[in-house]
Amino acid sequence: MDASELKARANRRKLIIQTALIVFSALIVISAIQSAKVNLNALGLASGFGFLERSTGWSYSFSLIDRDINDSYARTLTIGFLNTVFLGSLTIVLSTVFGFLIGTFRDARNPALKTAATVYIQTFRNIPLILQGIFWYAVMIHLPGPRQAMNLGEAIFLSNRGLMIPLLNVSLTVALVMALVLIAAAFFLSRMKISFAKIVLALIGLSFFMILVATGLTVPAGEGAISWPALKGLRFEGGLTISPELLVMIIAITLYGSAYIAEVVRGGLAEVPKGLIEAGEALGLTQRAIWARIKMPMALRTIIPPLGNQWIFIMKATTIGVAIGFSDLFYIVSTSITQSGQTLELIAILMGAFLLVNFSIAQFINWLNESLKLKAH
Amino acid sequence: MADAVLNKKFDWEKFRRRSFTTPTDSIITVVVFAGLTWLVWQALSWGVFHAVWSADNVEECGHGGACWSVIDARHRLILFGLYPYDEHWRSALACLSIIGTVIISCFPWTWTAKRLSTLWIVGFATYFLLMEGSLLGLPQVTTDQWGGLALTLFLFSSVVLIGMPMGLGLALMRRSEMPVVRGFASLVIDTIRSLPLLTTLFTAAVVIPILLPSWLEGDKIWRVIIAFGLFFACYQAEVLRGGFQAITKGQFEAGKALGLTYWQILGRIVLPQVFRHALPATVNNVVVTFKETAIVIIIGFFDVLASANAAFGTGEWAPYYIEVLAFVAAIYWVFLFGLGQYGEYLKRRMKVAER
Repeated sequence: MDASELKARANRRKLIIQTALIVFSALIVISAIQSAKVNLNALGLASGFGFLERSTGWSYSFSLIDRDINDSYARTLTIGFLNTVFLGSLTIVLSTVFGFLIGTFRDARNPALKTAATVYIQTFRNIPLILQGIFWYAVMIHLPGPRQAMNLGEAIFLSNRGLMIPLLNVSLTVALVMALVLIAAAFFLSRMKISFAKIVLALIGLSFFMILVATGLTVPAGEGAISWPALKGLRFEGGLTISPELLVMIIAITLYGSAYIAEVVRGGLAEVPKGLIEAGEALGLTQRAIWARIKMPMALRTIIPPLGNQWIFIMKATTIGVAIGFSDLFYIVSTSITQSGQTLELIAILMGAFLLVNFSIAQFINWLNESLKLKAH
Repeated sequence: MADAVLNKKFDWEKFRRRSFTTPTDSIITVVVFAGLTWLVWQALSWGVFHAVWSADNVEECGHGGACWSVIDARHRLILFGLYPYDEHWRSALACLSIIGTVIISCFPWTWTAKRLSTLWIVGFATYFLLMEGSLLGLPQVTTDQWGGLALTLFLFSSVVLIGMPMGLGLALMRRSEMPVVRGFASLVIDTIRSLPLLTTLFTAAVVIPILLPSWLEGDKIWRVIIAFGLFFACYQAEVLRGGFQAITKGQFEAGKALGLTYWQILGRIVLPQVFRHALPATVNNVVVTFKETAIVIIIGFFDVLASANAAFGTGEWAPYYIEVLAFVAAIYWVFLFGLGQYGEYLKRRMKVAER
């Protein structure tokens, strides 16, 4: 048997294996479709996405936009999706900020900071997120009622109805426009060669200016520029109410996520070659300058890829909201399944939504990674 | 040298120097340590000094200290769920068999494929025979009566046992020269990893019965375990991929030049090294899996968290929810912190070995 014959045989074998795999997968899919038809017929259910037009007739805990008990399934699912993306992005930002802070403490020279950061990380990382969520929720609903609410300077109130904070008296649209302007400004400023401190100062100035203009233009006569929460009878009016479910989700995910991100940051900082830091010390740089100019820029390149995984993890972690009644997409989908019976369609929507969001995060991280790559000189 | 890295001694002089380098440092040190001391003091004062320990004197509860009476009264429910009371000794022994298996596999002399798989299969079989009982001539207890910590450990061990070989299979498929096989593995791995675990488990519990003919459906618990195992496998496949990347191509070629077959090269040369490289990440994956089992409460299993909820669910014990949740959190914490520290130790050990 010569070499060419052996090769031909190997190729034939590969072809057979691959064809078998394709045929096998196809068979599974076909038989799944067949069984689904039989089982759905037995239950008397029509498949298809027609149910999206029907109204739901049930209510849930949280929505960013106006909702009604007669909303269609399509609108309710959209609200669930928005809730998931909202909670996910908010906790991603918070966890990243706290994670970098605590990770830096963990790497600090000062033993006290190091100890405190270690205690924080080891506590929140080693208890399941869902247990932490259930714990905070149990604490939350045992808080005193609105009349005995804990308060901070008569402006911020915490009770078993949630957290009440003062709110700028502008409409949601105006607030969104202001946020977009701020993000755009931050983007352009970061492209220019200005120091970080100056960028922050400029952004703070810009926010104050926008707030003055917006409140001056849009607040109706006779109302204040800021709406304060105040007890009226048995409940609070004015200000912004953060519902117990949302508050607990934010607290639980941020504590857990920041502990994980802190470990990632610490790992990145530890990878920075010692020689570089010593070179900085030899140049007489302060510890802060070494951190900002040498350690962090170098460490970012090792931090970014695992950081992306943590972001995806946090986005996925929002699904545990169902355990405490926060109406994220999973909650909405599982309730819809119980109510409408359209299991396959709803699960497909749920999976599609998560694949879309997590794919976008992965793309963003790739872009970040590319743009941070060390440019060869 | 190795000793210095593995067992760091506490350097009091360095600690003092670094704590008070600058005035700012001194202030931070004092404030932070004062805060930590206060926290520890509060915890001790609540949980130890002012606590009530026994179920007999419940009436003393509610005076600023922890009421551990609830644990004294309800620990059987938390640990063993709705398992028949008279058979709890079986549940306890079964739990010990799984915990023992995990602890024994931390010793390096078990680290061959044969020993590890024997150990886990024996440990798991012991658990199953004790819990189920009918094969040992004990009264039969079906899986729907299992609960508490025992159920958590059951889910955990079966997921790892099923997931490990699946993960290896997926990792090998993803490295295959055949594009269809490679594509198939990548599709499965990337999809499962992008979806929340809860979605995967929910699909297994609720959707799969629709897609399967009724004779193939099986118990819900087994469907969930297989789906969880697949989830574990997808992460494990990525962990192993990292291990494969550490092996130079020359080793495969050397094996081929010696006339070894693909499976011989894999089993005798490549895999032992891959597993060694992937060991810390594997430990991490196992730790995460143990933590994530807590999620099954959502799809209706009576695991340790669900039984904790039940333990303070009745009126009498309702005020002491913090004690019960703290107890369960402590169980998780001890397992997870212990295994996590072990993983860190392995990482350091391997860094020493590479020098």
